[in-house]
Amino acid sequence: MIIKNKTIVADEWTVLRLSDQDSPDTVTVPVGKIIVPLQVWLQRRDELQQRPEIGVWLATDERPETLREDVCKFSVIAVDFPRFSDGRGYSIAYNLRARLGFTGELRAMGDVLRDQLFYMQRVGFDAFAPRPDRSIEEALKGLNDFSDVYQTSFDQKQPLFRRVQRKGNPAAGLNNE
Amino acid sequence: MYRYDEYDQHIVNERVEQFRDQVRRRLSGELTEEEFMPLRLQNGLYMQIHGYMLRIAVPYGLVSSKQMRMFAHIARTYDRGYGHFTTRQNIQFNWLKLQDTPNILADLASVEMHAIQTSGNCVRNITSDEYAGVAQDEVVDPRPYAEVLRQWSTFHPEFAYLPRKFKIAISGGQQDRAAIYAHDIGLSATRNAQGEIGFRVLVGGGLGRTPIIGSVICEFVPWQHILTYVESILRIYNQYGRRDNKYKARIKILVKALGIEEFKRQVEADWADIKDGPGTLTAEEVRRVTSFFIDPDYEILTDHDSKLSEFKADSRSFSNWMLRNVKPHRVPGYAIVVLSLKKPGQPPGDATAEQMEAIADLADRYSYGEARITHQQNLVLADVRQKDLIRLWQEASIHELTSPNIGLLTDIISCPGAEFCTLANARSIPLAKMIAERFENLDFQHDIGEITLNISGCVNACGQHHIGNIGITGVEKKDHDEWYQVSLGGAEGNESSIGKIIGPSFTFNQVPEVINRLLQVYLRERMEAERFIDTVRRIGHAPFKEYVYATEFVAEDQDVDKHVIVPAQYSVPYYSPRF
Repeated sequence: MIIKNKTIVADEWTVLRLSDQDSPDTVTVPVGKIIVPLQVWLQRRDELQQRPEIGVWLATDERPETLREDVCKFSVIAVDFPRFSDGRGYSIAYNLRARLGFTGELRAMGDVLRDQLFYMQRVGFDAFAPRPDRSIEEALKGLNDFSDVYQTSFDQKQPLFRRVQRKGNPAAGLNNE
Repeated sequence: MYRYDEYDQHIVNERVEQFRDQVRRRLSGELTEEEFMPLRLQNGLYMQIHGYMLRIAVPYGLVSSKQMRMFAHIARTYDRGYGHFTTRQNIQFNWLKLQDTPNILADLASVEMHAIQTSGNCVRNITSDEYAGVAQDEVVDPRPYAEVLRQWSTFHPEFAYLPRKFKIAISGGQQDRAAIYAHDIGLSATRNAQGEIGFRVLVGGGLGRTPIIGSVICEFVPWQHILTYVESILRIYNQYGRRDNKYKARIKILVKALGIEEFKRQVEADWADIKDGPGTLTAEEVRRVTSFFIDPDYEILTDHDSKLSEFKADSRSFSNWMLRNVKPHRVPGYAIVVLSLKKPGQPPGDATAEQMEAIADLADRYSYGEARITHQQNLVLADVRQKDLIRLWQEASIHELTSPNIGLLTDIISCPGAEFCTLANARSIPLAKMIAERFENLDFQHDIGEITLNISGCVNACGQHHIGNIGITGVEKKDHDEWYQVSLGGAEGNESSIGKIIGPSFTFNQVPEVINRLLQVYLRERMEAERFIDTVRRIGHAPFKEYVYATEFVAEDQDVDKHVIVPAQYSVPYYSPRF
């Protein structure tokens, strides 16, 4: 199960991870909806793009710009969080959405826990595969920790100060009311 | 000062509830300590030797009397009756219980305060000039921009899990009083030839294991663009800062590795995409935030008060205090007063609940209900009428807040040290006490004049030892004894420099004598009104080094443990690493 668009749904996709014995150019990519590692995609682009649907995943030390020409080809792009203290995935997501214009499903996977979800949805993730040993229902609650935010990110194009009329100091004659 | 509107209040209230639930999940075992750690750290909660330490954010050091009374309440209700003001203008409480922390945060929220991002690998509390708005040399009041940056950085979704902590300081005077050269980003608010406001932006400064003075990345970023420019710096750092070694993870290492030119190129390539976008600051927002920092209703007064001169002539203690603790104000008839938290024999930066309440009362009576915390761990009343100085001095003296030692030898900056902190190798506070007691003689201190003495219990440099004229660091030794390195020649401000270690380290009891020897060389070599740091710069380290190591240290049969703080008496807190 994954969280997608704020609801719990069945996961139709399978994530392909390479074992030590596998090499990107020879590993078997099963039929069906598969999310392949970036290296597999880069080496077997011609073959894989024939498929009706394909996904790719990035490790946090890989660059989203590598997919600059390709983003429109993916139904899903996933970012793998090796540890939840590794915050590179947030900038990867932001760049995929804001700079590379990716509009498909952007999924956070790996060490994904409830308390990160609020930030993750802000930078552009719309799907979450929480760590399997944790309750997905609990994780879902994390999306609603805050009802307002100050700054822009992918989800909110306008900062608070442009969105609403905020109160100044009445003593300075700036009440805005 | 800035007041919350309903949005600010709502966001802080939601944070309290979020943290309450996180603590509940930790106590029920739903969260492991490993998972809870980054969550509690983003709320300023550290696990220390005796219990949990909570660091409360005091945005750019500005605090109202109401908030100060809340600190007193927290000290009394949840702690042991005192708190510790820090070099980043915050306050921390060292003896808390985990299960109390959600209620403490709720108490804080009721006075528009929080502990958001006071630790963890995120953007920390923004610090600024303690004399902002009242300094005679001010070019631009930095407080509105500090507040705008506070809001921008609060819960920034992309930068909550950076490679390492991230500190921003902002100053607006001709003299830097916010140590901007020692921060990850240092901002100097200024005006260009056309009179427009902008920022000179420094990046990659910092202390710790690898002390580096910040480099200029841009001479002038117009005010509209400061948020997006800072955002791009953080985005480059978040992606490329090292994560394999925590000692090489600060932005200064990245800037050094790439070189400032290449780092600037990458930042500005990112910035090109968001510059002039919706993140651009608006004149309306600056006007709104600035409206909270308008001048109070100053009276029309003159600078000369005959009573003051008479009293100064009569009372030597008062005139000493006037000389060291009272600073010129930009408005005639007013003065800036520094209340010293450095009474010799007391831990630097500590204040009791009674003192906090006294400070709140003094602020209400003499300084429009506001106070500031300085990065030298003292407190400031920024708007005192000169004709009130005598009464203020008399009242503050009752609460031991008038040690006339600001900028002098006993105005020591110190971290909490090994009695409290799991990182420290050696004690800091007892050493500070011992040094202050040794040099308590005021005539001697005044004769030595301006000098800074900074103590850190380890290389992490919370006591900013690198930028002390004399710096002391607790160092690791195989035998687990306490040893201290002494460095010389550090300074903050416009002429920032990093001190150099003078040689092999010393024992706890030798340090005061080492300092004495350094001072003796200064007294011998100084020319006229030369400050300690100027003599060091003129004659170099050699004469100091030579004299310090020339003769043996007489073994002192002091009871080494006489200053040790008795460990916590209450039951052992949850999951304390040392028990």
